[in-house]
Amino acid sequence: MKLLYGRGWLLPGRGWLLVGLFLLIAVAPFIPGWLVFLLTIAFAKGLVVLGVVLLLRGDLVSFGHGLYYAAGAYAAGLALRAGLPVRDAAVLVLLGVVVSTALAAIVGLFLARYRGIFFGMLSVAFSMILYSLLLKLYWLTGGTDGLSVRVSSIFGLQPGAEYLRLAQYYFVLALTVGAVYVAYRLTASPLGYLMRAIYDNEIRVEYMGASVRRAIYRTYLLSGALGGLGGALTAITVGHIAPDLAYWTVSGEFVFVALLGGTGSVLAPLLGSVVFEFVRNYAFKLSPYTWQLLLGSVLLVVILFAPGGLWSIFERLARREPGETAPRKERRWALSWRR
Amino acid sequence: MEQLAIVGLDGLVFASYLFLVSAGLTFIYGVMRILNVAHGSLYGLGAYLGAWLVLRLWPGGTSGQGPLNPALSYVVLLLAALLVGLTVGPFLERVFIRRVADRGEVIPLILTFALFLILDDVMKLIWGVNPLLADLPYSMLGSVSLAGVNYPRYPFLLTGVAALAGGLLWLIVNRTRFGKLVISVIADREVSSALGINVPRIYTFAFALGAVMAALGGAFIAPMISVVPGISIEVIILAFAVTTIGGLGSVGGAAIGALLVGVLRAAAVHYAPEFDLFVIYALMTLILLVKPRGLFGGVEVRRI
Repeated sequence: MKLLYGRGWLLPGRGWLLVGLFLLIAVAPFIPGWLVFLLTIAFAKGLVVLGVVLLLRGDLVSFGHGLYYAAGAYAAGLALRAGLPVRDAAVLVLLGVVVSTALAAIVGLFLARYRGIFFGMLSVAFSMILYSLLLKLYWLTGGTDGLSVRVSSIFGLQPGAEYLRLAQYYFVLALTVGAVYVAYRLTASPLGYLMRAIYDNEIRVEYMGASVRRAIYRTYLLSGALGGLGGALTAITVGHIAPDLAYWTVSGEFVFVALLGGTGSVLAPLLGSVVFEFVRNYAFKLSPYTWQLLLGSVLLVVILFAPGGLWSIFERLARREPGETAPRKERRWALSWRR
Repeated sequence: MEQLAIVGLDGLVFASYLFLVSAGLTFIYGVMRILNVAHGSLYGLGAYLGAWLVLRLWPGGTSGQGPLNPALSYVVLLLAALLVGLTVGPFLERVFIRRVADRGEVIPLILTFALFLILDDVMKLIWGVNPLLADLPYSMLGSVSLAGVNYPRYPFLLTGVAALAGGLLWLIVNRTRFGKLVISVIADREVSSALGINVPRIYTFAFALGAVMAALGGAFIAPMISVVPGISIEVIILAFAVTTIGGLGSVGGAAIGALLVGVLRAAAVHYAPEFDLFVIYALMTLILLVKPRGLFGGVEVRRI
């Protein structure tokens, strides 16, 4: 037991982080294809969840992040449909991020004035506007049939059909690592500290001379960009997009995963996302009619008994030495936020 | 002219439906400060139980054959709504929602989302995934000719139910002892508690009342539609739009919001069908941008 739970074993310090990353890179060619696909999707969606979590840290619940998810995906899909000559994944992803960031720059202007439930409701309204347009503008978006998104190359490389899935996995993994690092740096910057202060009391923040609206607006931009990135990556991985991406239940799912993972670390959304995709995959296989029941129950248990999400359980386990009752002095976790 | 009349009638009917499902939602928010996503499930349960009972009691369908007088089917719908509202409503409040009542507005919202997911599958488990078509109460009333237009009679019953339920809710809040207690709890929860009002019990009653409204909407809309899995998903998002337009917490606002959305959507359906969903959320966005708390929303007190 000492070996398992001894000092430093479960702790994702910088070293363990690198080991984990190395494992994710090295193991991929040897695991079955469906698992690679599942991890790819989980990482792509985890980025959207990361965007939701960044806002959650300022006590803002975006119940409409499907807006950016769908915007990123449809930017890629519509560009291909319009006859974009370069069918490269990197170009499409860049396009998705640019479009969704531009969208966030406009929507954020309005949303930065709202808090609490009204922030959530207005986000829902914006995402439902996009949903209704994607659904009804048949000549442009194909309606419920959706669009197919086929890429022929990744960064100019053209992997053979049997390696395509693996190549997509590495592509998504690389972008995920980059995005997570950027998100971490941003939250460790003065802006990130400001968001934490806003969570506690925004009026005091204003009295100290900082602009709450500007901080929220900037965080919202990053959050929208992450949403678009996740959307474009999902579109490329799945190869097909439909208006449902913008529906409010999809946005609800992102908030769900955000709570499941917890808000304690930039890695928590990814952990939550991987667990979520596994649970959903198995629940759907075991009983197609009751998988929502299972998901709802998991969410219920997390809210009632583990308010900090899975990450907090992980943290608690790792921090305690065997035979020790009181928690040890806090240690610095790589990529963790301390509240 | 004829088309205008139809748009007006359709709008009124759709508004009645919207009012029934959103009045309870906004009332519960007003009293408890909880936005209840599971409200859609209460609506769905009302619809399923109502339709199922009508189908069981009058298996002959539209011919109305069965041991009971078909006219009783309206009573059955009402009873179904009361049963759902008065059992499932308090159960959800007592067992789940109460536990997170002191954790802000967002956590309860997500908790009710979890309940919503669970109840959606519970309905599938109980009633299966095949649509229930219980149109006996609908077809029994026939249709009427209005200004040269043939229009079914049943939708007017729905409007009547909505008006009656809204009026009753108003009476309960403004003319009874319970209503007085509710108003004082809305004004200040802690002071009410100090004065000896049993606040948790008021919460349970208020939640049950809102739940009955939702189930009523479900039970009386059931004969007009085919009851299928997923009806609760559609309705709750519409109810969100109506309540935010009218101002969360204001039942009168919900009525105005329902009329606005109802007529606007009916007009869109007839003149620009591609935009029937779009106009609702565009209106909601516009109103929130001009009046951030909705048409009749209160003013938020900023506490330092």
